[in-house]
Amino acid sequence: MRNPAADIPSDAVLQLDDVGVTLGGRTVLEGLSFSLRPGEFVGVIGPNGAGKTTLLKVVLGLVRPDGGRVLIAQQDPRAARRLVGYVPQSFTPDPDLPLRARDLVALGLDGTRWGFSLGGAQRRAKIEEALRWVDAGHYADHPVGRLSGGELQRLLVAQALIAEPRIMLLDEPLANLDLRSQDEVVSLVGRVAHERGVTVLLVTHDMNPILGVMDRILYLAQGQAALGTVDDVVRGDVLSRLYGHHVDVVRVHGRILVIGTPDAESLTCTTCDA
Amino acid sequence: MSSFLASLLGSPAVTAALLIGSMVAVTSGAVGVFVVLRAQSFAGHALGDIGSTGAAAAYLVGLAPLYGFISVGVIGGLAIEGLGNRARERDIATGIVLSLMLGVGALLLYILTQRSNATGGPVSILFGSIFTVDPRTALPVALFSLAALLLMLLLYRPLVYATLNPQAAQARGVPVTLLGALFMVALAIAVEESALVAGALLSTALLIGPAAAAVRWARSVGQAMVLAAALSWLTVIAGIALAYQSYVWPPGHRGWPVSFFIVMLVLAEYLLSRLGRRPRVIARKEAT
Repeated sequence: MRNPAADIPSDAVLQLDDVGVTLGGRTVLEGLSFSLRPGEFVGVIGPNGAGKTTLLKVVLGLVRPDGGRVLIAQQDPRAARRLVGYVPQSFTPDPDLPLRARDLVALGLDGTRWGFSLGGAQRRAKIEEALRWVDAGHYADHPVGRLSGGELQRLLVAQALIAEPRIMLLDEPLANLDLRSQDEVVSLVGRVAHERGVTVLLVTHDMNPILGVMDRILYLAQGQAALGTVDDVVRGDVLSRLYGHHVDVVRVHGRILVIGTPDAESLTCTTCDA
Repeated sequence: MSSFLASLLGSPAVTAALLIGSMVAVTSGAVGVFVVLRAQSFAGHALGDIGSTGAAAAYLVGLAPLYGFISVGVIGGLAIEGLGNRARERDIATGIVLSLMLGVGALLLYILTQRSNATGGPVSILFGSIFTVDPRTALPVALFSLAALLLMLLLYRPLVYATLNPQAAQARGVPVTLLGALFMVALAIAVEESALVAGALLSTALLIGPAAAAVRWARSVGQAMVLAAALSWLTVIAGIALAYQSYVWPPGHRGWPVSFFIVMLVLAEYLLSRLGRRPRVIARKEAT
């Protein structure tokens, strides 16, 4: 969408060929093939159990696929760990945790190395720059246990970003955030993709907060996936084929509602029972 | 006061106690910070009890209890770590290793009391007796302490990462399992050394107490380690001084146990850190 000339595979930052994952006898992902370009913001959407987290683990090299091939910048995920930034789901530090915002970010820079850090001006400057970039400079010395959810998410983005990754994976970064913090995090992650050229995979159960920012959507259901622009993918016929039964897509006031999915049952059943 | 200090330092048993106690305290405090952060105080306590079985065995064959404490403690720690990976599994694994070793320990302590017809050995193993520790133990204690502290220095950054942000650390390739095992070795050394000072049953107090207060007061993990080591050192020194002073106290004029004073001081530190105003709240206002 942003860079149409980049469709050649050699340019792909992330490439999956016919990837399948079976966990405990259950097929979680099946025949998954797609490739992502540099600087692309891709929203990963799907009902619970559709394999969203498993997909992230495959890219992180923590889950070995049973079949197919995963390439990160032409390398195996285990060899390419340095190229992948990761913002895990739910980081809820204890209020008394002796860890300042800047220390949390620093872990992304050299937390994997043995020994103590001896500091140094260059290291400090890098941390400052990362803090400023996510607009966290004013709370750099605050203990992380006393920050709001949105402030924490920005730090986790900085922690992932400071290692200069080519791909950033975010697992439900918008969960438990108020609307204003959601907007802040979404626009920040949008800048990660579009200004820094990092390919973003953002997992969320609600696509609406990222509608204006994402370039493509990866819709997962029943172990299958559809990848494309929102207009191409989030359609009744496409999603019905994916789910294997009829679903409706409704657009109201610029928001998209998918009706008839397992996730939406609690929402719709109050009306369908009546 | 100065005459008290002079008499305190004049006694060879007390100087040895102060020397060994200081090394043990610093190690225990520094390692204890991660025990608090990783919520492993049950494992820490279990290691003290497990080590007492080794100490009893060492006592029986005429070795210094320290060697029994540490060798069995390290093996027990690795067994706990190897048996349980997830938090719930670890809890159960700790319980199983603990009961097994305590069962064997009960037998050894029974044989010990039957053989020597005195309760000195078991009491000093379970409740500690820093004044009766052989001064020659100072060298091995120094070497073990150094090993544990160097290990903590080496592990520091990945251990902070794996402890505070485990999912991200694992994704970045931090060897979480190896770190857990190496930390267990440092933990076993710290706990078993504390057992020498405060006794197997009370070694947790020295491990957890100063560290819990330091974690509350410090602004970074490194700062917490230094603060915990300092608090722990003051606790042991004050505990030894009070125990020495208590030789003139009733009922027996034989001195109260050091472990009693240490536990009371640790409790005071803990309560103070919980009741006191948190300095970091003030720091935050200044920073804003």
